[in-house]
Amino acid sequence: MSGFYGIIDSLFEIRGFQVVYENMPYFLEGAWITIEVTALSVAMGMVLGLFAGLFRLSKNRILRSISVAYIDFFRGTPLFVQILLLHFGVLPYFGVDEAFTSAIIACGLNSGAYIGEIVRAGIQAVDKGQMEAARSLGMNERQAMTYIILPQAYKIVIPPLINEFIALLKDTSLVSTIAVAELTYRGNLVYANTYQAAWVWGAVAIIYFVITKSLGLLGDYVERRLATG
Amino acid sequence: MIDIVGVYKSFGKLEVLKGINLHIKPREVVCVIGPSGSGKSTLLRCINQLEKVNKGHIYVDGEEVTDPKTDINKVRQKMGMVFQHFNLFPHKTTLENITIAPIKIKGMPKNEADDLAMELLRKVGLEDKAHVYPANLSGGQKQRVAIARALAMQPKVMLFDEPTSALDPEMVGEVLSVMKDLALEGMTMVVVTHEMGFAREVGDRVIFMDEGQIVEEGLPEQIFTDPKNPRTQSFLSKVL
Repeated sequence: MSGFYGIIDSLFEIRGFQVVYENMPYFLEGAWITIEVTALSVAMGMVLGLFAGLFRLSKNRILRSISVAYIDFFRGTPLFVQILLLHFGVLPYFGVDEAFTSAIIACGLNSGAYIGEIVRAGIQAVDKGQMEAARSLGMNERQAMTYIILPQAYKIVIPPLINEFIALLKDTSLVSTIAVAELTYRGNLVYANTYQAAWVWGAVAIIYFVITKSLGLLGDYVERRLATG
Repeated sequence: MIDIVGVYKSFGKLEVLKGINLHIKPREVVCVIGPSGSGKSTLLRCINQLEKVNKGHIYVDGEEVTDPKTDINKVRQKMGMVFQHFNLFPHKTTLENITIAPIKIKGMPKNEADDLAMELLRKVGLEDKAHVYPANLSGGQKQRVAIARALAMQPKVMLFDEPTSALDPEMVGEVLSVMKDLALEGMTMVVVTHEMGFAREVGDRVIFMDEGQIVEEGLPEQIFTDPKNPRTQSFLSKVL
């Protein structure tokens, strides 16, 4: 008994452990903001991505060009630069100067481009005969998409969508650069005050890992359910 | 019922239909036979515009489907199509596969569509499979559901694109017997097929196609017992 408490007591004699222990509520609050930014960005990205994916496959050249330009730009430039450009260079002109909002818009636009490609691939993965069967019954293109193609594409799209969710969650650490007080930003502040690099960044890394691993397990579960259902 | 006038169709450099003329009367059962790559399926797919023609005109029930101004979705509702690979909707039950088009396109009330679907399922002998998903049906059952699905739009013409070619041999009979019943009811049918027995027994007329052209046509008896064209003779000698 005394041996166990002895170990705990000796841990508290380590400066780095004290720092992490005292700041844990502060870090967890930051982790929650990370999750918020990710969830809101993914929600925005899913709406954008659905349209980007559909437009990409549209017969209308203008819609197709808009979608290609959007997807190419946001996949072809660093998210870090997009965050800076939008927050300092574009959004202020639209009356947005709150960093949290900028962060969601930047991450949402970025994930929308990736999700657009996921949606396109999902639609193209549905057997060509499905569209032909729907059209041969007399459905127009929109009816065939809504009732036949998209309900099948969504099952194909779920696993890569969860991967995108996880990737974006990690990438939101970049919004610390515009002073959104998420997990990485808070790690930076605590580190700057204490210089306990290994303890502070180790703790931050473990918190990220716990979140992404949980999401990954959730994804595996959903994938299994879809495979049987 | 169907008029095909001077139809040409190419895929890139490959010309698959070279001047097809064909007139199909109401209630007629026309069987199209010929070697692979002769253009049979392409011709069928041109009739409901799953393929666009390069030249020529096709009229169905008085409407020109090859005219871009025609509302093709409206005309397609008068033509049922049955595919080689069934193309049932895997995310819908048998019943939903049949009811989705009448409900979503014609705005038929759900209970009415369900009654219609059950009646059609009885007709193809599958009323006990109404709430089963396609993955749990055999090939022959899938194809019978696909026929019921096409009939749910109450079409005037049925197009069959090699409906038994993807089936295990023991399942061919059940599909052909449903098609035979349909023919006896007076449905206008165009059947692309390799089932010579069916063409001979059920067809009113047999069309032999080769290299994108109609080489010979006539009554089944005449084509199968006394083919005039040497290409028909050589094809039939290989398959019969």
